[in-house]
Amino acid sequence: MANAISRETIEYVGILAKLELSPEEKEAARKDMERMLDYIDKLNELDTSQAEPMSHVFPVNNVFREDVVTNGNEREKILKNAPEQKAGAFKVPKTVE
Amino acid sequence: MSKQYETVIGLEVHVELATKTKIFCGCSTEFGGAPNSHTCPVCTGMPGSLPVLNKQVVEYALAVGLALHCSINQYCKFDRKNYFYPDNPQNYQISQLYLPICHDGWVEIETGAGKKKVGIHEIHMEEDAGKLIHDEWEDCSLVDYNRSGVPLIEIVSEPDMRSADEVIAYLEKLRLIIQYLGASDCKLQEGSMRADVNLSVREAGTKEMGTRTEMKNLNSFKAIARAVEGERNRQIELLEEGKKVIQETRRWDDNKEASHAMRSKEDAQDYRYFPDPDLVPVVISDEWIARVKAQQPELQAEKMERYQREYQLPEYDAGILTASKHLADVFEETVKLCGRPKEVSNWLMTDAMRLLKEHEKEPEDLSFSPENLAKLIGLVEDHVINRTVARNIFEAIFAENVDPKQYVEEKGLKVVSDEGALRQVIQEILDKNPQSVADYKAGKQKAMGFVVGQTMRAMKGKADPAVVNQLVKGILEAEI
Amino acid sequence: MRSILELTALELGRRIKKKEIGVEEAAKTALAQMRVLEPELNCYVTVDERMVLDQAQKVQKKIDDGELTGPLAGVPAAIKDNLCIEGLPATCSSRILENFMPSYTAEAVVRLLDGGAVILGKTNMDEFAMGSTTETSAFGATKNPWNPEHVPGGSSGGSCGAVAANECFYALGSDTGGSIRQPSSFCGVTGIKPTYGTVSRYGLIAYGSSLDQIGPVGKNVEDCTAVLELISSYDKKDSTSIARRDYDFTSALVDDVRGMRIGIPKDYLGAGLDGQVKEAILKAAGVLEKKGALVEEFDLSLTEYAIPAYYVIASAEASSNLSRFDGVKYGFRAKEYEGLHNMYKRSRSEGFGPEVKRRIMLGSFVLSSGYYDAYYLKALKTKALIKQAFDRAFKHFDVILGPTAPSTAPKLGQSLCDPLKMYLGDIYTISVNLAGLPAMSVPCGKDSQGLPIGVQLIGDCFQEKNIIRAGYAYECSRSYEQPELAVRGAERDQTMYGETGTPKGSMAMENKWTEESEGAGGMGEAAYAAAKRGAGIRITASPDGTGTGGAA
Repeated sequence: MANAISRETIEYVGILAKLELSPEEKEAARKDMERMLDYIDKLNELDTSQAEPMSHVFPVNNVFREDVVTNGNEREKILKNAPEQKAGAFKVPKTVE
Repeated sequence: MSKQYETVIGLEVHVELATKTKIFCGCSTEFGGAPNSHTCPVCTGMPGSLPVLNKQVVEYALAVGLALHCSINQYCKFDRKNYFYPDNPQNYQISQLYLPICHDGWVEIETGAGKKKVGIHEIHMEEDAGKLIHDEWEDCSLVDYNRSGVPLIEIVSEPDMRSADEVIAYLEKLRLIIQYLGASDCKLQEGSMRADVNLSVREAGTKEMGTRTEMKNLNSFKAIARAVEGERNRQIELLEEGKKVIQETRRWDDNKEASHAMRSKEDAQDYRYFPDPDLVPVVISDEWIARVKAQQPELQAEKMERYQREYQLPEYDAGILTASKHLADVFEETVKLCGRPKEVSNWLMTDAMRLLKEHEKEPEDLSFSPENLAKLIGLVEDHVINRTVARNIFEAIFAENVDPKQYVEEKGLKVVSDEGALRQVIQEILDKNPQSVADYKAGKQKAMGFVVGQTMRAMKGKADPAVVNQLVKGILEAEI
Repeated sequence: MRSILELTALELGRRIKKKEIGVEEAAKTALAQMRVLEPELNCYVTVDERMVLDQAQKVQKKIDDGELTGPLAGVPAAIKDNLCIEGLPATCSSRILENFMPSYTAEAVVRLLDGGAVILGKTNMDEFAMGSTTETSAFGATKNPWNPEHVPGGSSGGSCGAVAANECFYALGSDTGGSIRQPSSFCGVTGIKPTYGTVSRYGLIAYGSSLDQIGPVGKNVEDCTAVLELISSYDKKDSTSIARRDYDFTSALVDDVRGMRIGIPKDYLGAGLDGQVKEAILKAAGVLEKKGALVEEFDLSLTEYAIPAYYVIASAEASSNLSRFDGVKYGFRAKEYEGLHNMYKRSRSEGFGPEVKRRIMLGSFVLSSGYYDAYYLKALKTKALIKQAFDRAFKHFDVILGPTAPSTAPKLGQSLCDPLKMYLGDIYTISVNLAGLPAMSVPCGKDSQGLPIGVQLIGDCFQEKNIIRAGYAYECSRSYEQPELAVRGAERDQTMYGETGTPKGSMAMENKWTEESEGAGGMGEAAYAAAKRGAGIRITASPDGTGTGGAA
């Protein structure tokens, strides 16, 4: 089964992933994606009707923290990598409301 | 408008839980604080950091779910909701889509139109986003992650409401229940309770749902009521003009009393949910549910009933006192300290309510300590002050939480019951007003009232009126 | 006497304990080896000599004071650059994390430091661990110490190359689809991928969270086992961490496989497997059989479905894990942009390399509206079936034996043109990650080109001890072989070290080192400050933008 990925789909996925691709990259990405999906379609050969989707390999559950404050003020450390900062906050281009 | 329309409303209510720490890290949830002073690698999405679930969040979510008659998903999971925005440090929000903790509940509301049940579709746990501040001087925004990771529950109702009245009644009921559970303070102004309104209209009598819009940025009951009206009218106008309602998210501007679409090309609304691989499932045993049920604090109806029984309060009073968890707490604390429930109730029902109204505040805003109200009641009972003085002092307690004992001392407000001193004052007044003595002698009882009034005034209200009455009468009788 | 560099980590640890070798001496020897070989190999992305020597002195003092008594106290180690260490940049070999200085240290590294490790530096890798050759690094490819015209494998190519080249005594890597085992195989060293949940992932910059595990790379099974014992822990900061009954892996270091049931999947010996590799693997199995193991071939099944399932799951998780790199909180922000969303797009498009973008695109697509069930859910169901297949196999066998990779290390640049073909190279390693199993690669010979071959030993969940026992027994039958180049460097270091062990002269160093022209500790204040800032201590080669590669 051959997958056909449209240019619009690549455009749309680029918006979701916040990636801006050049026209050449888009074309390459389109072909890559078609080829990968053709390959992934191999999974359809497999009858998985009896299988439960497995996100965790081990049945571990109920891992909790107690509700106790353990962190102090780490503002300096948190901000030190900011590409831009102002008044103790991360500075970003104006968000439109 | 020729056709009749019905408004169909469902609500998504976000409530910040009253935990000490955030949902996935040990940072404080305290409100306020310098920007980013309550942050760590986890709640700022630092590479390599991992979330660990705060158990208290599950406890609160369960308590709310059970109080809202929900079924519990005893195997629930967290999912990632992927979208880019600067207030969302990982660019995904940890939430619950596939298996939320609670589902299919209901809450009963009462409006002028009577009682009705509003269905609860589901309740899920999730993390709050940070705060974006729009810089006043520069064309930029600033991100503060103090709120990032504060635990929320989102309560999604069924589209069961039909009017703004019902919406407000529903919200008030939710708020009351959650406050009683201690799961949140539910302050709309501070954002610890927020509601998004899903609204559609349809011709009366039709079964099919109209196209709905989602309204955001509603931070008071009044704004919600106005937004419901505004959106209903907007949609009806569109339909009347033969246009279609577009399914979209709109932002309510309460100053303009209008909304606008929030859509943008970059906002694809495709959240690519999938189970968060960093968190393991939460399994809720029957025992756990039973324990939360057993620990459920007294809710309003029970409390109201108890106030009538235990304190012999009238139903009306019990209703007012319990309509706010905070007010009820103040009442009970005060009664614990000084007894006299009816007296405490009177102070709260009359003076406190009057002052709240004057200051346009809610019972939640009462900030004085029960100790001071109890002391005030004690002072009146011991005849240290009279009731008029007490009412003035209560205003000071209400405003600044003053200690009434200290206040009485400092301002010299004690009742004067020294007969010698009072006699002297009365004599002086009689000397200045011979006419009054003459009138009394002539049988005019009114004259006595005048003398008593003058005495009280001279004493600046600090005299015990009964004592003054008795003295004046004695002196005047002696004159005859 | 052998050079210090030829010692295993445990041998060095013992000599340090006996005061025959100083910690600083060991560290300086490794640094000197780097100076000789790094210009050619490029195993490291960050080395801060001043920090290394400071740390060496502190560790020595603690050993002298009796505070540090562990078997690896004072032994210099290298850490893959996707693990956070406070005070050193963590770049994941990506431009988007240029200059990122973590404010905390990964749990696995904290445990190493508690055991007295001296951290030499951060090693090169495929960008965000996405690749099988270490060619997708934004800071240039690492070369295979056995033959610098060949790749070291990946994504932990820097860690494995550094161990093979005697540029460290052991290293940490991470393994999402074979990223420890495959480069270990290509570089002729040993690497273990533990059972999922055994080593805390706290501080590991995530690629595929449900598959990622940190593990050791060393010269032999013994070293790796000792390191694994040190880094394994139940960590409350990692919700997927598992409290295991015991962590005394070193107790399994016994040369006895009598009665051990070893299965060789027929699926692992079929088409696509290089003849010389096959021969070496079967020979290794023969050695174990001779030692008393019961070796048998069997049908594992589902092998061919592991790769597509893996690429769906890993790409989906990666697309979400890597969305935090947006130019807001840390890392690279594009110089020019118009508005918020354009800033995101520019920063990410300029910051990520092609292979990372490819996987983010694929991952975003398979999770997007309308495709979730067909791809993601299907892959999770396939994963469940693969796990069941292993469960069945481990009813009959204690260890599954097979090749680590279908071939030996390819030449540089060869793998880049066809990603899909490259992904197929991960066929033997990937299903292990999907099933959360422990596995290791142990050297088992060389091909006609003189390139190393690795045999993979896979155990059931939490049964590391079985593969350790098998690996150790096999290793006892042969001696460790090191690449000629590693010895060459060591010989050079003999001439470079005077009586005081101070490096003489200086090579034409690349930018990754703090400048140090005369003697150890002779770094000027300015250079020290620069090192502290993380400036000027890393290769700043511009991202080549041509890389592409396989798994992780």
